[in-house]
Amino acid sequence: MRMAQYILRRVVFAVFTLFGLSVIIFVMARVLPGDPARMAAGPRAPEWVVEQIREQLNLDKPLHVQYFLWLRDVFNGDLGYSIFTKRSVTQDVIEYLPASLELIAVAAVFQILGAFALGVLAGMYAYRWVDNAIRLFAYIGISIPAFGWAVIFQLVFAWKLDLFPVQGMLSVEAPERITGFVTIDSLITGRFDAFTDFLKHAVLPAMALAIGPMAQEARLIRSGMIDNRYKDYILLMESHGVPKRKLMFKYLLKPSAIPAVTVMGMDIASLLGNAFLVEIVFNWPGFSRYAISVMLNKDLNAIVAVVMVIGVIFIIANIIVDIIAAYLDPRIRYVERGE
Amino acid sequence: MAIAGRVTRRQLVMESLRRYWFKFSRSKLSVVGLAISLSTIVIAVFAEYLAPYPEHAGFYISFEDALQPPSWEHPFGTDEYGRDVFSRVLFGFRFSLKLAGVVLSIVIPVGVLLGLVAGYYRGRILDMAIMRVADIFIAVPPLVLALAITSLLGPSLVNAMIAVTLMWWPWYTRLTYNVVSSVRNEPFVIAAELAGAKPLRVMFREILPVIVGPILTKATLDVGWVILIGAALSFVGLGAQPPTPDLGTMVAEGIKYMPEYWWISIFPALAIAYIILGFNLLGDGVRDMFTE
Repeated sequence: MRMAQYILRRVVFAVFTLFGLSVIIFVMARVLPGDPARMAAGPRAPEWVVEQIREQLNLDKPLHVQYFLWLRDVFNGDLGYSIFTKRSVTQDVIEYLPASLELIAVAAVFQILGAFALGVLAGMYAYRWVDNAIRLFAYIGISIPAFGWAVIFQLVFAWKLDLFPVQGMLSVEAPERITGFVTIDSLITGRFDAFTDFLKHAVLPAMALAIGPMAQEARLIRSGMIDNRYKDYILLMESHGVPKRKLMFKYLLKPSAIPAVTVMGMDIASLLGNAFLVEIVFNWPGFSRYAISVMLNKDLNAIVAVVMVIGVIFIIANIIVDIIAAYLDPRIRYVERGE
Repeated sequence: MAIAGRVTRRQLVMESLRRYWFKFSRSKLSVVGLAISLSTIVIAVFAEYLAPYPEHAGFYISFEDALQPPSWEHPFGTDEYGRDVFSRVLFGFRFSLKLAGVVLSIVIPVGVLLGLVAGYYRGRILDMAIMRVADIFIAVPPLVLALAITSLLGPSLVNAMIAVTLMWWPWYTRLTYNVVSSVRNEPFVIAAELAGAKPLRVMFREILPVIVGPILTKATLDVGWVILIGAALSFVGLGAQPPTPDLGTMVAEGIKYMPEYWWISIFPALAIAYIILGFNLLGDGVRDMFTE
């Protein structure tokens, strides 16, 4: 029951935050200089055409009316008309978002596996050479930005060593579009060649995305394990002869991983932001590349939609993380309620 | 001249400085971080004296020198216009540091003040108003919001600064708020209030000193992160515009010439890493200074 209440509180809170975000970004998009109707019509269009577009986009109405009209459309699943792609923004999102989410899913897998492997290894052999090597790697991993890794990986593993494709998402014919997710579509239609081809293309961009957060989380797990290693309850179990492996992975890792898990969820959601840069380097046909294009073209409806879509994903990820953390650490549930 | 048995103020200051240095320098990595950060600042300030070809920083074309690999003459090679990449990277340090300096010097006072007020008046309307707005800005990955705001303002270095400033303050507000909340009911604060201290005095004289450590730590780490966001903005074309020697812009420009002319992109990317690594290590040292 406590858990359900806790989740409900988070959800209500998230809905309010999203409303706030939509107001801020919507107002910013409308108030800042620039005439979107003129931009949509083109510089040489006659005034009456611009006027028509202004009416079409509701730009002639007061700001609060514009906002509520926009909000009504959003609840009907319509994010507005894009002056850049010349069609509904909703369509654009449906088309481009899956590719990004798939890339992020692969990156998340790398990130989680890598963080736990490196963190546990460093924690088990603390202050030995394994630990020192991992710590050095962690510092380097954090310091090079995702787009820097992308450029380096592309140069070394794609251009020089020719182990992976240089860019793009597929070099074979795309599977029939059913869900929009290449991995799922290729499995449904039995196109295993497309599936493996996708993975091959995804390795480098996903690694470039994953390596920074992976390094940071590995550090958190390591320091958590070192902090907890000589706590009384661990020493007690050890003295009672609990097998070392069980001790390490069940009793020591669980409390030590909590800080890393909290960060992990946020980091995975942030991948969507970093993907903005990596997708450009690898020419990945995803949402982020679309987002950059609309931003460079100042396509207002699309910019607002991009921020909102990412905001929604980020907040959902946040709630999931909080739930996992509350599950791992019962103290959180009680403290939140007890206030 | 100190008389035996009495301690001057100067000696006290020296002693506490010595203690801070001891805690800081216990980790050799922190000292390395300090060295890297100082070198970054020196390079940024004296770029035109250190760069072998200062005129290459801006608009300069010499096609006969274009796309040369790294050599003694051009340690990082030359770009598509024949400009010395090494010189441009040195100037890139200046733009990166300027961004971080401007952003942080606005964001820290504003963010801390708001957090202080919200934490002091905890549970009141003021607290709700400030913290809910802060939550909204924190609800989206910083890079995405910075990109969106810069694109709405129009791409330029100044607008990139404004955008990063707009979305960075809530992190300081949140940090200050958490610290203030934790000391709000401590005896020393209550005592000051009972003695009749005004709210402003309690906030600035009693509570503010407690926050200095965490804020200073975060500020040091943030120099790196602000520079990273700035580089990312110019990388996608929303920040500094060519021919400005901005590190992010240089990485982006060089990608077109991969893989044959890799040095145009790789060296600026490594320069960004050098700066971030320096301030990260320094930040860890600053954190050590204020713990225990």
